[in-house]
Amino acid sequence: MSHQTLDMCGYNCPMPILKTKQALAKMDTKETIKVICTDKGSKKDFVAFCNQLGHTLVSQEDEGNKFIFYIEKN
Amino acid sequence: MSETNEMTLIASKGTLDWAYPPLILASTGIAMGKEVSVFCTFYGLILLLKDLSHLRISPQGNPDMPMKMPFGPKWFQGINFGPKIPNIMWNIPGLELFATSMMKKTMKNNGIATIEELREICIEMGVKFIACEMTIGMFGFAREDFIEGIEFAGAATYLDVAHTSNQDLFI
Repeated sequence: MSHQTLDMCGYNCPMPILKTKQALAKMDTKETIKVICTDKGSKKDFVAFCNQLGHTLVSQEDEGNKFIFYIEKN
Repeated sequence: MSETNEMTLIASKGTLDWAYPPLILASTGIAMGKEVSVFCTFYGLILLLKDLSHLRISPQGNPDMPMKMPFGPKWFQGINFGPKIPNIMWNIPGLELFATSMMKKTMKNNGIATIEELREICIEMGVKFIACEMTIGMFGFAREDFIEGIEFAGAATYLDVAHTSNQDLFI
């Protein structure tokens, strides 16, 4: 399955969340976006973000200093 | 989760560093599906001016402000000059501007958005800004000094909005 990828490496709080929100707004329900971040706070922030909005955090992986999130739109 | 999902903020400070918390929380709040209103009063009004280039930080009276240089070798960047500099030094004209430019550089190095960027996103996403009419008069501002798309009102309007809000912060 192909994902839209949002590279937010180097950006700090709250930009990864804001840009993800804007990207999700353009997507259809059940579509998935891959977000790559280096912001250390993002690991907890994306959980809270998905929790509030009802999106599904399908998976989260760490790759060195990068945090990768797969979010399925509600 | 409660039935309403509103957040109201009072922005009362007008320095570069203190411009961040209300704009970060407002933009994040709206990104998380909340309805957000920011009441800008006293120095917080400055957040709504068209021109934000004058925003500065003031190390004056802030003796523990961490102050690390955003350039040079690693060992040099690790030195915290903040507590080492006597606070009286910040009375010297020009040093506040120097501290501000160092802060801006540090923010840029850390991938932190500018105040202009954050404010633009807030407006784009629908944060409602309310400019305090009383302080506008007191400071001698004109409506033309402010950005488009904001509301001008007083304390009663804010309290009415905040009445139904379930998160209300004074910054």
